[in-house]
Amino acid sequence: MAITEETRAQFPATDPPGSAAIAVEHLSKSYKTTRAVDDVSFRIARGSITGLLGGNGAGKTTTIAMIMGLVLPTSGRIDVLGHPIPGESDAVRERMNFESPYVDMPMRLTVRQNLTIFGRLYAVPHLKERIAQLASDLDLGDFLDRANGKLSAGQKTRVALAKALINDPELLLLDEPTASLDPDTADWVRQHLLRYCKARGATILLASHNMLEVERLCDRVIIMKRGRIEDDDTPGQILKHYNRDTLEEVFLDVARGRNRENAR
Amino acid sequence: MSELAIRGSGIALHRINAMVLRYWYLLMSSWPRLLELIYWPALQIITWGFLQSYIAQNDSFFARAGGTLIGAVILWDILFRGQLGFSISFLEEMWSRNLGNLMMSPLKPIEFLMAMMVMSLIRLAIGVIPMTALAYFFFGFNFYSIGLPLIAFFCNLIFTSWAIGIVVSGLVLRNGLGAESVVWTLMFVMLPIACIYYPVSVLPPWLQYVAWALPPTYVFEGMRALLIDHVFRTDLMIQALAINAVLFAASFAIFLAFLRSAKRLGSLLGGGE
Repeated sequence: MAITEETRAQFPATDPPGSAAIAVEHLSKSYKTTRAVDDVSFRIARGSITGLLGGNGAGKTTTIAMIMGLVLPTSGRIDVLGHPIPGESDAVRERMNFESPYVDMPMRLTVRQNLTIFGRLYAVPHLKERIAQLASDLDLGDFLDRANGKLSAGQKTRVALAKALINDPELLLLDEPTASLDPDTADWVRQHLLRYCKARGATILLASHNMLEVERLCDRVIIMKRGRIEDDDTPGQILKHYNRDTLEEVFLDVARGRNRENAR
Repeated sequence: MSELAIRGSGIALHRINAMVLRYWYLLMSSWPRLLELIYWPALQIITWGFLQSYIAQNDSFFARAGGTLIGAVILWDILFRGQLGFSISFLEEMWSRNLGNLMMSPLKPIEFLMAMMVMSLIRLAIGVIPMTALAYFFFGFNFYSIGLPLIAFFCNLIFTSWAIGIVVSGLVLRNGLGAESVVWTLMFVMLPIACIYYPVSVLPPWLQYVAWALPPTYVFEGMRALLIDHVFRTDLMIQALAINAVLFAASFAIFLAFLRSAKRLGSLLGGGE
C-alpha cells in the first residue's frame, strides 16, 4: 500500500541488523509504581507505515517518546536509522521529525515565523522555497502570516504537520496525528501522509487509537496493551487472528481481554 | 552539520541564531513584554535615585561617595535582570509547550543555553540602557564614566546571572511549571548576602565567609572602592572571575543532570505543573 516498488528496492525488507528504520529490543520503561512499557521488541522496515494501536495507557506514547530520545528507557535498546538512541541521537535528528498532541508551536508567532525557525534548526536548504512548497501542499497559504494561536484546530494540525515535514524527514513519528480533527480534515491529513510516504520513501510510525486511520494507512499494526505487545502483523492477518471484520472489533477484543483463540 | 559549525565542538551557529530569532519574534510581537523590560528598571532607578539625593543632603559620607547607591542599583539590575532575561526565554518554551519540539530537533542543550544567553544580553540592553539614561538626566550620575572597570563588573555579574539562570531553568525543566516561582525569587538570596548596598564588614563574621563565596560580592566591593576611594581592585575582579568559572561549569553540569532526570521522569512531553 504505502511502499512503492522503488522504495522496496532502495530499502530491502531483509535489511541487515542496524539498518532498519527503527529496531527496538527488550525495551522497558518503569515509572515509580507503573511499568509503562514492558519488554517490547520490534523492527520497522524503511519505507513502511506502522501503526501502534492501543487504548489509553497502553504505552504507545511512551514507546514513541523513547524512540525520539525524549524519555530514557529503564532497559533495552533502540536503534534509529542504524544509530543507537539516545547515545547517537545527534546523528539522526536532522533526518527525522515528529508531531504530537502533547506539544504545541509557539502561539504568538506566525505560521511563517514558526516554520522559519524550525527550518533553520533543521538546516533546511532554500528555506523560503520549502515553506512556500509546504504552504501549497498543505493549503496553508491563507493563514501563513497569522499567529499560530489564532488558528482553528484543523489549521493547527496542518501547521504541525508542515513543521514535521519541514526537513523532508526519512523517519516520521506521529502521535495521534488526527486527534480532534473533523472527519474531512482527518481524511485529508491521511491522504497527505500517504502521498508523502510514497514520494519520499519515508518511514512512518504512528500511534493511534483511531482504527479507521490505522486500517487505511498502515502496512503493519502493532497492538499494545498495558505496556506489552499483544499482536504484531499486517492489518489483514490481525483480522484473521481474531476472526473479525474490522480493527475496531479487534481493539475491543484486546481491550476486554478476549484473546485470539476465543475472540468470537 | 552546518558549515558554520564551530569546528570540533559540534556547536552550530545557525541553530543558535534560529533560537535567538524565535525569541526576537516573540519580543517584537508583544508590546507589553517590551514595556515590562523598561518599566521596572525605570521605576527602581528613580526611587533609589531620589533616596540617594535625600541622604546625600543630610549625610557628608553619601555626599562624598556620590553614586554608590545608584551605581549599586544599576549593577544589581544587571545581575537580577540578566538572570531573568535568561530564564524567561526558557519559561516561554514551557508556557508554549514547545520544549518537546526543540528537544527532538537537532538543537543541542549547549546551543539552547547559548541562545538564551544572547537573549539575556538583548533584554538587558533594552532595560538597562534607558535606566542609565534616567540616572544621568535625573541625578547627574553617568554610569558609563566608570570606564573600563565597568566591563569587569558587567562580565562578572552577567556570568553569575547566567549560572543561576541555567540552574533554575534546569530545575523547572525537571519539575515543571510548579517550580516557576524559583525563577523569580532565587536571585533575591543575593540581595542581603552579596552586600549590594553596604560593605561586607557590616555582616557578622560567619556570614562574611558566605558572602565572599559569591562573585557579586567582589563586584559590589569593587564598585565601592572605585567610587569612594577611586581605586580599581583588579584582585577582586580576578577572584570573582575564578569563582564564576567554577559556578558556570557546575551550573552546566547541573542542567545536564536535570535534563537527564527529566528524560527519566518523562516530563519533557508534558511540561505542566
